Amino acid sequence: MAMEMRLPVARKPLSESVGRDTKKHLVVPGDTITTDTGFMRGHGTYMGEEKLIASVAGSVERVNKLICVKALKTRYNGEVGDIVVGRITERRRSAEDELAMRGFLQEGDLISAEVQAVFSDGAVSLHTRSLKYGKLGQGVLVQVSPSLVKRQKTHFHDLPCGASVILGNNGFIWIYPTPEHKEEDAGAFSANLEPVSLADREVISRLRNCIVSLVTQRVMLYDTSILYCYEASLPHQIKDLLKPEIMEEVVMETRQRLLEQEG
Amino acid sequence: MAGLELLSDQGYRVDGRRAGELRKIQARMGVFAQADGSAYIEQGNTKALAVVYGPHEIRGSRARALPDRALVNCQYSSATFSTGERKRRPHGDRKSCEMGLQLRQTFEAAILTQLHPRSQIDIYVQVLQADGGTYAACVNAATLAVLDAGVPMRDFVCACSAGFVDSTALADLSHVEEAAGGPQLALALLPASGQIALLEMDARLHEDHLEQVLEAAARAARDVHTLLDRVVRQHVREASVLLGD
Repeated sequence: MAMEMRLPVARKPLSESVGRDTKKHLVVPGDTITTDTGFMRGHGTYMGEEKLIASVAGSVERVNKLICVKALKTRYNGEVGDIVVGRITERRRSAEDELAMRGFLQEGDLISAEVQAVFSDGAVSLHTRSLKYGKLGQGVLVQVSPSLVKRQKTHFHDLPCGASVILGNNGFIWIYPTPEHKEEDAGAFSANLEPVSLADREVISRLRNCIVSLVTQRVMLYDTSILYCYEASLPHQIKDLLKPEIMEEVVMETRQRLLEQEG
Repeated sequence: MAGLELLSDQGYRVDGRRAGELRKIQARMGVFAQADGSAYIEQGNTKALAVVYGPHEIRGSRARALPDRALVNCQYSSATFSTGERKRRPHGDRKSCEMGLQLRQTFEAAILTQLHPRSQIDIYVQVLQADGGTYAACVNAATLAVLDAGVPMRDFVCACSAGFVDSTALADLSHVEEAAGGPQLALALLPASGQIALLEMDARLHEDHLEQVLEAAARAARDVHTLLDRVVRQHVREASVLLGD
């Protein structure tokens, strides 16, 4: 069996590869953002003696009267209407819960759901009320930082390359083969356990490696970026996509295409 | 007087530094991809690594969960090869437990725990090479790691040690200076407000000198803050340039 080994190399500073002019206001904890008391404070800030002070390291974002600091990496903060993908670790054992959930969702199942409500302590309440959500069958899960998942109108995408993805707002991304029949969607309560064809599996593996490459180069994840990355990766072998230099090349190309598309 | 002269007549210390001079500090954030936050710091020859996990659900007994704030759990470990003589117990010994407790007190003061009730934030610090000022290096590394994880903090926590020799306060003691047996003070400061997170000394020092030593430690901690601030801004700038918009 052939093995490839590499020695560790010093990481290149990443800023030189992208020549973007950013006029962002970057702050670190303890920095005063503003002394104007007219603003409402959002995430990443706190009020201290008449001043608004940053509590995380990141860029300041202002939406009308709301100021918040977007940190580079954060724990997921649930908002109503978000789509999340996750695994059931524990179930509440109560009588009505047993009646409702018996046989449908077990502990250890991977599910997609929507956030229904957020409690004051940050806990979220999920629901799987439409057939769109529910148990997930065969596919690949990729865990990324929640800050890299772009907020869009829909998080369920059927990519033209032959697979579908669910971009959970909590950073869990689910890649699965596009079901042929539109009636039985990704969820429902019975997992589709039919064998997946090799072609589909290759597409899914390639998508997974593309997402991992995008994440290492800190590109926002949404359907267009994933698709462009997939197309840019086609000349390479799937397993080569995990090599740092190929990753850089593919993501550079993706970035270029995304920039062209914007401008 | 036989032995090592900690402060020469011209005002130079054993390693050639001046009384209030810090050792060379190099730091890097985001050294581990798997952890939520991580950082590495070198203060002279003292090397420390810090890793932060969280905030996440309380592991173990749910009863320990605090209803209005997060639990901060710190663990200190020093590698067996970190000191001159090979250490037999890297963690679990008295000094490690005490350091862990001190780190916890320090970070409970700085982290805004009310924002994450019923959660737990784990901070693990490992000393790879100990050449004096290990508490300070641990606090500085942990601050960077907590920032890297995106956990909200009131301010940076910058720490430095200080000593007192020949009526002069020395800042940032190395192992040689610590082993000499004089009084040593460890100070953890929140620079923007000047508030003290932790002040620790277990030696005998005349109260007349306390002011001077405290002042030297505070000044050194602010210098550390300048350096850490630069490191963090550089890191944020790089990462935000990549993210684009």
